[in-house]
Amino acid sequence: MINESLKLRAEKIRLRLIEVIYKAKAGHTGGDLSAVNVLTALYFHTLDVDAANPKMENRDRFIMSKGHCAEALYCVLESAGFLTKEVVDTYGDNYSPLAGHPTVKNPGVEINTGALGHGLSAGVGVALSAKIDGKDYKTFVLMGDGEQAEGSIYEAAMAANKYKLDNLVAIIDRNGLQISGSTEDVMPLESIKERWTAFGWDVIEMDGDNMDVIVKTFDNINFSNNKPHLIISRTTKGKGISYMENVPKWHHGIPTAEEYEKAVSEISERICALSE
Amino acid sequence: MFTANKIPCRKSFTDTLLGLARKDKDILAVTSDASGSVTLTDFAKELPGQFVEVGIAEQNAVGVSAGLASTGKKVFVCGPACFYVARSLEQVKVDMAYSQIPVKILGVSGGVSYGALGSTHHSLHDIAALRTFPGMQVVIPSDVRQTKKLVEQLVDYDHPVYVRVGRNAVPDVYENDDFEFVIGKANTLTEGNDLTIIGTGETVFHCLQAAKMLKEKGVSCRVIDMHTLKPADTEAIVKAARETGRIISVEEHSIHGGLGAIVAETVSQNCPVPVRILGIPDENAIHAQPLEIFRHYGIDYNGIYKTALEFLNT
Repeated sequence: MINESLKLRAEKIRLRLIEVIYKAKAGHTGGDLSAVNVLTALYFHTLDVDAANPKMENRDRFIMSKGHCAEALYCVLESAGFLTKEVVDTYGDNYSPLAGHPTVKNPGVEINTGALGHGLSAGVGVALSAKIDGKDYKTFVLMGDGEQAEGSIYEAAMAANKYKLDNLVAIIDRNGLQISGSTEDVMPLESIKERWTAFGWDVIEMDGDNMDVIVKTFDNINFSNNKPHLIISRTTKGKGISYMENVPKWHHGIPTAEEYEKAVSEISERICALSE
Repeated sequence: MFTANKIPCRKSFTDTLLGLARKDKDILAVTSDASGSVTLTDFAKELPGQFVEVGIAEQNAVGVSAGLASTGKKVFVCGPACFYVARSLEQVKVDMAYSQIPVKILGVSGGVSYGALGSTHHSLHDIAALRTFPGMQVVIPSDVRQTKKLVEQLVDYDHPVYVRVGRNAVPDVYENDDFEFVIGKANTLTEGNDLTIIGTGETVFHCLQAAKMLKEKGVSCRVIDMHTLKPADTEAIVKAARETGRIISVEEHSIHGGLGAIVAETVSQNCPVPVRILGIPDENAIHAQPLEIFRHYGIDYNGIYKTALEFLNT
């Protein structure tokens, strides 16, 4: 039942997301959609966070390293109560408190992101702090797959291995596409599994489009194996809107009125089915 | 000609930090294979649990430091200035300045400290680059005593700060601890009416010496130690412009975008007076010992003295 409620939550977030993007005429739609399931599972199942006390001392930390998918994070934070609907409604407006990439001015955001290849280093610092203090909170970092070309990520990967940060979970949203096309055409990344294994990480592969699999994977992370964890979350860019799925132009494509109606209709149908 | 203190500023910094860290376990030192050059070896040996070594990876060093500081740790990330204001510049911009996470960078062997090692190892753009990042602060102390006072203030200072110190021991500017040091407030070292010389970091000593030589010529110089470049003490600059009518700025930095620019921007908008900007011109510095580089570009006491005389006669 928990998973069914998460699936419904994820679809409602998708519906809100497409509304926000359509209204703002801005967003990284494809990568937002591929990340929604993981974000939903994190905020509504895995993370120990409190919207009423976003700076709670021993909270689990989440860092959105793929900061260009801020809208997805904002919609999840709204659904979780960190941000109000009124604030999220301003997305894309002049003078909105919400930038196109997350900032610490908004509750629930630990560090500003948007320049790629930064989030994992910050995550290493947060996780290392927990180790130093003997605290048991966990740190999760969501990266893009195109982002994996940034060299600083591998500096962070080495440091996480050195300090045996088994309280750190990095997730790669492996949707296979980036702004210019296929990741393997732009810069071959495979084998991600062998690469991160060689860096000393505990590498886990999962179907990131499948909520049951995500929940099971998160529930089974071994937080006492002396290794940082890398989850390769295999997803579909544009997940949940048929005409967007696996089409590179939807990296930051904005739907027309007609396309928007079609998206709303598709998602609404699933919401109805899940609500029954 | 001048006797340097036996302790370089970097050692004053890390000794002070170690003393404070013994009593405060939240103080952490992060470095990038630079514990020797930073003089963190004692710190690492005595407080291994408060010492983080990330290898030759400055980008990660700053990012990790920001993560640590976001949890409340008092983080000093330490290494050669040249790498922290170039290789990891985006991490400084985003993870520290934009995120307003109060990491402190200790950039050692700054300016032309590395002398003949060449421009890869010089950091002559740090003031210019960092003062354009909103929320970032920049301090270049002038001697060991000021450095000590700076560290004591930085530990609980709630802003991201870049500190630059040199590699070699330098002569004292302050002869005892009986002086005020406040980040953002310049120190007026000598009063004078004919001319103001504003220095920062290692040039301050040379400014003082030049003022002494000028005094023998009957010229009364005000000397200001502008240790904080951001937020700069613009009040002190305007007051100097109003009261002395001429300003020379002296910095171990490019003539573009540094202390000279701060002075020129300030006086031109508040009290326009003639300004001379002494620094490294738009070229890669000669290959020489640091003091010879100072002499070559006229930012040593003699060069300042000559510029002052010429300036007063125009």
